[in-house]
Amino acid sequence: MAVCTGCSLLCDDIEVSIDGRSITRTKNLCRKGFGRYRSLTSDRSVPRVDGRQTSIQEAISRAAEMLRNARRPMLFGWSCSTLEAQRKGIELARRARAIIDDTSSICQGEIVDMIIRRDIPSCTLDDVRNYGDTLIFWGCDPSSSHPRHMSRFSYYPRGEKLQRGHEEDRTAFLIDIRASPTAKILAGNFVQIPPGGDSDLIDAMLAVLDGKIPKVKDKKALISMMNTLKKADMGVIFPGLGLAYSLKGRMDRLKALVDRLNETTRYNVISMVGHYNMRGFNQLLFDETGFINRVSFADGVNHGPMYSVVEASKSCDLAMIVGSDPISSLPAGIAKALARVPMITLDPHRTLTTELSRVVIPTALSGIEAGGSALRMDGVRIEFDAIVKSEYPSDEEVLSRILEEI
Amino acid sequence: MVSAMEIYQLTPKLNCKKCGLPTCMAFAVALLAREKQIEDCTPLLEPKYEAKLKKLREVMAPVAGATETGLIIHDERCYGCGNCVVACPVNVANDPKGSAIGLGPKSDKVILIVEDGVVKCLNPKECRRFGPNRILCNLCTATCPSKAIEFV
Ligand code: SF4
Ligand code: SF4
Ligand code: SF4
Ligand code: SF4
Repeated sequence: MAVCTGCSLLCDDIEVSIDGRSITRTKNLCRKGFGRYRSLTSDRSVPRVDGRQTSIQEAISRAAEMLRNARRPMLFGWSCSTLEAQRKGIELARRARAIIDDTSSICQGEIVDMIIRRDIPSCTLDDVRNYGDTLIFWGCDPSSSHPRHMSRFSYYPRGEKLQRGHEEDRTAFLIDIRASPTAKILAGNFVQIPPGGDSDLIDAMLAVLDGKIPKVKDKKALISMMNTLKKADMGVIFPGLGLAYSLKGRMDRLKALVDRLNETTRYNVISMVGHYNMRGFNQLLFDETGFINRVSFADGVNHGPMYSVVEASKSCDLAMIVGSDPISSLPAGIAKALARVPMITLDPHRTLTTELSRVVIPTALSGIEAGGSALRMDGVRIEFDAIVKSEYPSDEEVLSRILEEI
Repeated sequence: MVSAMEIYQLTPKLNCKKCGLPTCMAFAVALLAREKQIEDCTPLLEPKYEAKLKKLREVMAPVAGATETGLIIHDERCYGCGNCVVACPVNVANDPKGSAIGLGPKSDKVILIVEDGVVKCLNPKECRRFGPNRILCNLCTATCPSKAIEFV
């Protein structure tokens, strides 16, 4: 059995037939995961220094030299690397007195932070399968982002206490601003809200729980939903990017709702982390520094918004990017600022970021060409081995070699 | 998906019974259920119905790809999410340690599996829609977020 690193579900029931270096047939991979396996042979990056193709060794030496000379380097990315590589990355950040940040900083960091600090209760996906009878997908579209979420864990499968699966034992609600593919299968329980309407909906939900009349158009539907939510044996909320953006800086609203629901029954929260090991990086950095992201090692350990990728892109004099494509994913203004900074990029594939980098170091595709371990979206550790031989070094090897040379 | 009414519009509408059925409408329904072939309507093969015949072959083409239970898979729309695999009651009954609990199928008696990111139909005869005691099960299609599977 192989593991898929296509998203943070880290599906570990994948069957793969291999012929030499190429993959001939796969079973159980969703389309997204299959895409990751197929990317093995497409658009691989090549080692480059200053636009000139070189050896991997030369690119590594040049990266070490640049890091040595940098005064205010930033190390960014990390959510598509193994725990082992992330550990090396944090060590390198300490050694280079660098700023280190990951994609959670522009994503679901605030929610993951509350979960890791135990400010809101969480549980494993296996618990959800066995006991989670009432679910809320909030600001997410699992059918597109985590295609097997509902079939492997949350809605369709039979669980220890839920032998009838979705047909009778589970109820799932979807709260979102648009009628996504997931809304098609949860049509009867789809609550459509206007953009930014999450906080108002929480107020209305709390009002119903307090026995007041909610200030919404369809009062009956909301009251009936709240009655179902109250009856849960174990409820689970799955917040996604939509909720994270909408409640930015006001995550106490989510906490207020979860706390209120927990007064009468049990509710847990699992963040719909996207990349396969963002949760792992957040946990590692938290264990070492007490913060999940946005840390500077320039002078001991400091943390704050000025060390986020958004701010640091404007102030750093060198950026090392590991397994991420910030030039494509950051807001245009920030990406522009970052593009002006000399970049060292480790990536298995060619991306806009590698195209604009001074130094490009191609790496093995983790989960397929490199083994290691990672934390699933619920924090459960999943280990995997390489399933094909690779000519490329893993992130971990590259970072170790840079550490040696620096 | 093509309906019986659309098919009916493309028959000669003679109600001549040469196909073995009492009316052209009955023939249309039988064609959709794949109990009759287009060629069973012999008048339709005459030159004057050439345009209708051509059109009928066109609209029936996707249906021809369906399994014996009438299941049609649109590969390009499928997410490979496995919802249908895990929801199918026959999969659940035949594969308690695999698809019943959300994992990839461990039994070869299952109807639906996901291969290379796309759903496949393996044992159509196991489907509840098959055979004399068939029932109108639609649990698989109801769970699909992208209408990648449907029944004719
Ligand atoms: S759901 Fe995620 S981990 Fe599972 S097969 Fe699909 S992409 Fe891979
Ligand atoms: S043979 Fe053709 S024209 Fe005659 S009844 Fe049947 S369908 Fe109609
Ligand atoms: S119709 Fe029912 S039995 Fe047949 S494949 Fe779909 S879910 Fe399974
Ligand atoms: S047919 Fe639909 S439900 Fe089945 S795997 Fe494909 S997308 Fe999912």
